[in-house]
Amino acid sequence: MARSKNRGNQEVNAGSMADIAFLLLIFFLVTTQINSDKGLQIKLPPPLDPTQPPPDIKMKDRNIFKILINSNDQLLVEDEPLNDPYALRDMVHEFITNNGVDPKQSDSPQDAVVSIKADRGTSYELFIQVLDNAQGAYYKARGGVLGISGEEYLGLDAKKPDEEKMIDRAKDAYPMRISIAEPNKLGGQ
Amino acid sequence: MSKFKKKSQSSQDIPTAALPDIIFMLLFFFMVTTVIREDEILVEQSLPAAEDITKLERKSLVSYLYVGQPKEAKFGTEPLVQANDAFIRMDELILWVTQERDKLDEVDKNQMTVSLKVDKDTKMGIVSDVQQELREANALKIMYNTPQLVKDDI
Repeated sequence: MARSKNRGNQEVNAGSMADIAFLLLIFFLVTTQINSDKGLQIKLPPPLDPTQPPPDIKMKDRNIFKILINSNDQLLVEDEPLNDPYALRDMVHEFITNNGVDPKQSDSPQDAVVSIKADRGTSYELFIQVLDNAQGAYYKARGGVLGISGEEYLGLDAKKPDEEKMIDRAKDAYPMRISIAEPNKLGGQ
Repeated sequence: MSKFKKKSQSSQDIPTAALPDIIFMLLFFFMVTTVIREDEILVEQSLPAAEDITKLERKSLVSYLYVGQPKEAKFGTEPLVQANDAFIRMDELILWVTQERDKLDEVDKNQMTVSLKVDKDTKMGIVSDVQQELREANALKIMYNTPQLVKDDI
């Protein structure tokens, strides 16, 4: 009995425990990757009713901005070949913000349609680039309505009432009308 | 006086016994909050980057489809579609959408989003086939999952 008293401090040295826990913590911090749910959102058209004939929609040629991509990943934009998909951003932006000034471009943003038609052999990477640039042009135009840049427009939070109003106003001014046509089978797989 | 002096000199270090507890608490917090990938990916996944991307608000509404060339050679070299943990045939997609939709609450059923994670070497043919099936199944909100493109050439 007297012996145990003599030993005095009986605690286990727990100082290094923190180091071990830190090591584990850092391991988990490094290995876990947060799944990012980010990307390009589109809305598909509703399925066609097989009992009804497909609706016949007549549109003026000037209101359609045609982007064709073939199986060799070559672009045909408004009947002219184009090499750089990133040049599309300014072209689409010019097209939708025309408001009837240039007779070759759109009448108004409400009438304008960007049509993307790919081939079955087109690579997905190029398709994403084209779609990204077309959407980017719309975001830039929407930001222009509010006097901000395209990135700032995307940064707006729809949950805040005043910012939601801004988004709605920009969406009304530039409804995003991007049509993704069913690809043709010329190029094969 | 001598009594006081002796006591103040006895132990001067800060007790660190509670430090591991704090660190463990942090550790458990991270272990609980981080979700380890639910699905084992069977196809190649190197996603193309895009510049102007938007974020999905609610994760519970999202179902994932993975498209790409199979990682294992025994499945061939043609791109395949993976849903949850297994490959899925084109004609099974509508059923899959129905099953995924049944998991959601009644009010959220039309808010369902399908996130397409497509490898960049895939051709558009299979992607559009998937889209047609999703259209048939009335899953109209889709997203091409892409990471943010970092522009370094300007």
